[in-house]
Amino acid sequence: MHISTSLWTWLAAALTIGVFSFLYKDNPFYRFVESLFVGVSAGYSVVIITANSFIPNLWNPLFKDGNWPYLVPMILGLFYFAMLSKRFAYLTRIPFAFMIGGGAGLALPLAFQTNVIEQVKSTFLFNPGYYKSLGAFIDAAIIFIGVVSILLYFYFGRKRGTKLGLMPRIGVIFLMIGFGASFGYTVMARLALLIGRISFLLGDWLGIIR
Amino acid sequence: MRRFFGEILPLAMAFFFGTTLALQYFFPFRFAQTYYQTMLQWVIGVASMAVIMAVISFIRYNFRKIFEGRDSFSASVALIGFLMMVGLGIFSRESGSLFDKMYNNVYVPINATMFSLLAFYMASAAYRAFRARTLEATLLLVAAILIIIGSTPIGTLLNMDSLTAWILNVPNLAQKRGILIGVGLGAAATSLKIILGIERNWMGGR
Amino acid sequence: MRELFIKLSKMKRSTIFLILIVGMLIPFFVTLKFPYTASPPTKAVFDYIENLPEGSVILVSVDYGPSTLPETEPMLEAILKHAFIKNIRVIGIALTEEGTNLGLRAFENVAKEFKALYNIDIRYGADYVYLGFKSGSEAAILGLGEDIRKVFPKDYSGRDIEDLPMMFNIKNYNDISLVITISSTMLPQQWIIYAQGRYGVPLAIGTTAVLATDWYPYLQSGQIIGLIGGLKGAAEYENLVNWKFKMEGRSLFGMKAIRNMNAVTIAELLIILFILLGNIGYFLEKKGG
Repeated sequence: MHISTSLWTWLAAALTIGVFSFLYKDNPFYRFVESLFVGVSAGYSVVIITANSFIPNLWNPLFKDGNWPYLVPMILGLFYFAMLSKRFAYLTRIPFAFMIGGGAGLALPLAFQTNVIEQVKSTFLFNPGYYKSLGAFIDAAIIFIGVVSILLYFYFGRKRGTKLGLMPRIGVIFLMIGFGASFGYTVMARLALLIGRISFLLGDWLGIIR
Repeated sequence: MRRFFGEILPLAMAFFFGTTLALQYFFPFRFAQTYYQTMLQWVIGVASMAVIMAVISFIRYNFRKIFEGRDSFSASVALIGFLMMVGLGIFSRESGSLFDKMYNNVYVPINATMFSLLAFYMASAAYRAFRARTLEATLLLVAAILIIIGSTPIGTLLNMDSLTAWILNVPNLAQKRGILIGVGLGAAATSLKIILGIERNWMGGR
Repeated sequence: MRELFIKLSKMKRSTIFLILIVGMLIPFFVTLKFPYTASPPTKAVFDYIENLPEGSVILVSVDYGPSTLPETEPMLEAILKHAFIKNIRVIGIALTEEGTNLGLRAFENVAKEFKALYNIDIRYGADYVYLGFKSGSEAAILGLGEDIRKVFPKDYSGRDIEDLPMMFNIKNYNDISLVITISSTMLPQQWIIYAQGRYGVPLAIGTTAVLATDWYPYLQSGQIIGLIGGLKGAAEYENLVNWKFKMEGRSLFGMKAIRNMNAVTIAELLIILFILLGNIGYFLEKKGG
């Protein structure tokens, strides 16, 4: 493999180095790259959303197919533009009301079912004979104690004088182990991102590695 | 006027769309189905316009910066980048187009590299701040180290796979589920409060 | 000795950075052979696809952006390779606009590789379609359960969905055997609530390591069929796909995740070393008053 001859790859490499230069200290080149990113990302988003969502799902049905009920979401959406005026900014509450109220309605039964009922059901503890092995029963019991103690910690953890004894304290232990697990995985995630850039610079650009 | 369009109408809309969209799940009638399907289309449409609005205020913000002479260099660069992408995007978005090339060779490397910087800060934070000061901190530390080892093939070589799997499947699961149920109850209550007009934070300041 | 350890716990930040970089470079120049035994959640996704009949349709949602590319892209590519070699057709969509073109590029890269390595044509419109981005994620996910044409009347490039032969007999989730969200966001939560919860479609999650531990409760409750977590998960899936190709007597391709994971392994060991050094210094200092 040889060093890249593509101008685009060189551009990408220069921008990559521009961002890395921030590690040394803040500098004009980094600020240039940062501003460029802000602009390019906003431009990219507006193109994709307009072309993939606004035109096929709102513009075309209304103006091309003459499907007049689509006038309602169009007008609702236009109220967002009231944000540009200080005096009429309150009108943006109209589309917000539709999106937030409707969203809450769509979510309420399903989210409760998925995140509360199903999860509580899967936490039920049965008699040991129900499980494949004694180990599986013990695991289920630990999960049960963990879930209950964390919920107790959330709702009563800071109150003194309750008769909950050790439970909230056990909840904290579970919380810490869980956060530790998340942190352990986060380490892998962050390093993976860095490796990605190193292998771009050494591979795609310089051609030192394959 | 303001009271009607700024308060009464939004609250009435949130109540109407909230209750109807929550209740339609329980009514298997043709009419309810059609209403539900239509509303889904509307949400997609209105959502797309919210982002277009956000972009317009972005342009306005940067133009203002330029005219007022505040940080006009950054604002100009941002605007040029923005206009370039929009111009190219109108022309063609196919793979291999200039729009796609700009995305893959400008947007992607900058964004990916910005996030890769986190690796360095995470490393120095782990080194400086991650101390076994209390029992809780020690638990967190031990779990983290076990998971770090377990998340590499070294874990397999050390025969630790079942220990890692146990941490993830038992105590970690209990913790995530506890939070999930807690948050789920909270979210349900909030949704209900929004629909009933008790929770009005989404309406912004008065 | 004590002074040395205390000193070691007070390295400058730039020294840490340098050690990390040098450590990460080693696997790029020295061949390391680590075992990538698939963990059960990853294996579950692989087995599910492996057991689908030829001609089935799966839906892959590209729910990540460039910021997590090294973790997520190899997952998507490995899944696509697996699907295509099994003659499973794939519908691609995106629910985060910032990743829309990443989906496009992954589909096309895999198609190109199939042509170059095995002379197999992966045809747009027949073997896969890429429908692009849709705003209003929860409405889009729910809408797919009703009628895919209403949510995606056009594909990414604006072609009419009716003109794509693959889509003729596909109306909604009933015609889709598996949904996989490859995600760096909380979108899997919405997929679980709206696609699995409401329509009962089998769901798998591929996710960055930062969020991987969050989905375990759904794995145990059976709300998702499998989970590919972070670069390690990607490497495991890549390894499974490579194994399948080897069994079929094909040359291997795709070592991206495995090679990068080797480098991460070295770096992770260094991080543990940093944590230990920091703590040893801390205790020695505390003991000394």
